[in-house]
Amino acid sequence: MADMDLDKRFDIHEIAKNKNAELERFRCSVYCCHSTGCKSSGSDDIIDLLKTAVAEHGLEDQVRIVATGCMGLCAQGPLIRVEIKGQKDVLYKRIEPLIARLIVTEHIVPALKLSEGQNFEVPPFLQEHVLSLELPFFTKQEKVVLKDAGHMDPEDIQEYIARGGYLALEKVLKNMTPAEVIDEIKRSGLRGRGGGGFSTGMKWELASKVPTVDEKFIICNGDEGDPGAYMDRSILEGDPHSVIEGMMIAAYAIGATQGWFYVRAEYPLAVERLDKAIKACKKNRLLGNNIMGTDFSFNIEVRLGAGAFVCGEETALIHSIEGKRGTPRPRPPYPTNKGLWDKPSCVNNVETLGNVPKIILKGADWFSSFGTETSKGTKVFALTGQVEHSGLIEVPMGTTINEIVNEIGGGVPNGKKLKAVQTGGPSGGVIPAEKMDLPVCYEELKKIGSIMGSGGMIVMDDSSNMVNIANFYLDFTVDESCGKCAPCRIGGKQMLLLLEKINKGKGTKQDLADLKRIATAMQKASLCGLGQTAPNPVLSTLRFFENEYLEKLVDAKPAATEEK
Amino acid sequence: MDNGSLGSSVAAKWRKKRGSLIMALHEIQGVKGFVPWEDAVDLAEGMGVPLARIYEVLTFYNFFKLDAPGKAVISVCTGTACYLKGNDKVLEEFKKELGIGEGESTADKMFHLQSVRCVGCCGLAPVCVVNGKTYGRVSPNDVRNILDEWRKKLSEEGE
Repeated sequence: MADMDLDKRFDIHEIAKNKNAELERFRCSVYCCHSTGCKSSGSDDIIDLLKTAVAEHGLEDQVRIVATGCMGLCAQGPLIRVEIKGQKDVLYKRIEPLIARLIVTEHIVPALKLSEGQNFEVPPFLQEHVLSLELPFFTKQEKVVLKDAGHMDPEDIQEYIARGGYLALEKVLKNMTPAEVIDEIKRSGLRGRGGGGFSTGMKWELASKVPTVDEKFIICNGDEGDPGAYMDRSILEGDPHSVIEGMMIAAYAIGATQGWFYVRAEYPLAVERLDKAIKACKKNRLLGNNIMGTDFSFNIEVRLGAGAFVCGEETALIHSIEGKRGTPRPRPPYPTNKGLWDKPSCVNNVETLGNVPKIILKGADWFSSFGTETSKGTKVFALTGQVEHSGLIEVPMGTTINEIVNEIGGGVPNGKKLKAVQTGGPSGGVIPAEKMDLPVCYEELKKIGSIMGSGGMIVMDDSSNMVNIANFYLDFTVDESCGKCAPCRIGGKQMLLLLEKINKGKGTKQDLADLKRIATAMQKASLCGLGQTAPNPVLSTLRFFENEYLEKLVDAKPAATEEK
Repeated sequence: MDNGSLGSSVAAKWRKKRGSLIMALHEIQGVKGFVPWEDAVDLAEGMGVPLARIYEVLTFYNFFKLDAPGKAVISVCTGTACYLKGNDKVLEEFKKELGIGEGESTADKMFHLQSVRCVGCCGLAPVCVVNGKTYGRVSPNDVRNILDEWRKKLSEEGE
């Protein structure tokens, strides 16, 4: 009986109704990006200043200042977005304290005095800080996972619920069997967003078939170690509850008893928001025993990484949670059979889980309407490097590299020419400028010798030397190799020595041949993904930019010069 | 600064939780800036874990430090975006100005210099972080200013 009372008290529909009524009272919302990028650019002070300025004008009842997650255009931060009912939204960039004050006195105050139907014209002196929402950077994106990040306070569970949060959980707990949930996810075509691209529904099905003897785990892999990638960080910072809800739905589907988040220690803000979100769930009885008055009981704990790239590999990650060195082990047995403390464990990526509540609410057909034949839905990318609009983007699978770099990204700045785009980080490869029509999906990227990876996309202009780039990535993987298996430990080091020799202009054709031979051996014989994919940056740059290698050899000439 | 070993109290907090060794080590380093030998010994005893296991973990993960770093820890990001935008030159400038190498501290224990993997602020590249404060779009010319800022801050705190 007591449980039923509690169930009533924490009715999410009631919370949503009350919160929406509360939010409805404000005529103006000012969203301030408060993610790691914009915080670094000073958004903390800006938020305080805005609050003070609004209070000075006695507008607290009409204007609310919301600290949000990532809005995307990190290079232009701090960003703030002013939304006034009945008027056009305005996005401001590169906010300084004085500008923040002016936005209150010269935009918000006069705009609130306008009668309905009148539109506010941003005064000329603020124009240089306005970022047009008509930019392809915004219009060309399709936001599913990042839909609410940037539009709500990630630290307020009520706001998440007001935006439809935990409705998907309620739907599965009250109206769906675990098998139906798995079927829905399978039909949606969702595949692992951490890079591997394995069917999420299939993974859940395998995990669900392993009997739960005493315990079964669901683990969220938030060990985003790729240099140049921050998708998972931004999702956890901007919308932590969506990932938690996704994990709870996964747990219900596979019969997990406990969830674990494994997050990089280098992401303190993401960890802090996740911790707060979990606490709020516990307080609202969305975690614990008999969730929403059903038989489903579940709890979540957070564990931190400690700076080891290899821990993104699932068996290494499991060892790390167990408090051991993060070294991988051979599979099978797969974690779904024998994982954390030898209990069946299902490992899913942050972005993968973030998609789950949306699929449950809107249906598999809706989700699979985005994307290509084999890659469904959207993908979040961290678009960085030598590109005009560097930031966090989300596009439907199948969008071409050209659209991403030249339209959304605004092309290469400083009059330079695009040379290549790198995806998949240290495990991926380059896509040369002439192949820009390539659609981003798991298969196409693999065909060209790169991988989807977790979503780092690095743009390089014609000043980048590809041998140096290969050297950079290999240096990274050699340093991060755990040393357990010989092909990776020795092969990587030997490849690096050869590359350095070539880079110094002392290499020979034989060295190049050796480089390829060792690369093949590493791909075939390494124990885990780190070693198997470590040669990719070298092989891929060799495939498309062999001349840059040949130029540096003592006994060979680049193909073009030989022809002369 | 040294308040005696935290090993036992941290062990008491985490002993009964599963998968907690790395969390316990984070907690010690969070307070002391590194994991001192005495704390590791007490932690081993308190958690019932062999000391060798603790050092195995401490030396595997880049994040953990065995020696006291300088008061201001300078982390220069060497992620791909920062690399492309020339952070190697910023790192060189720090080395030159401080007269130390990567992973080293100055003799006066004022600064510790390290390179780190992506801090996830790629939009602001090149980036460096000093004691949690992030500096974006850094050029080698900014290095001296950053160091002066922290020298001033640290000497004020010292007084």
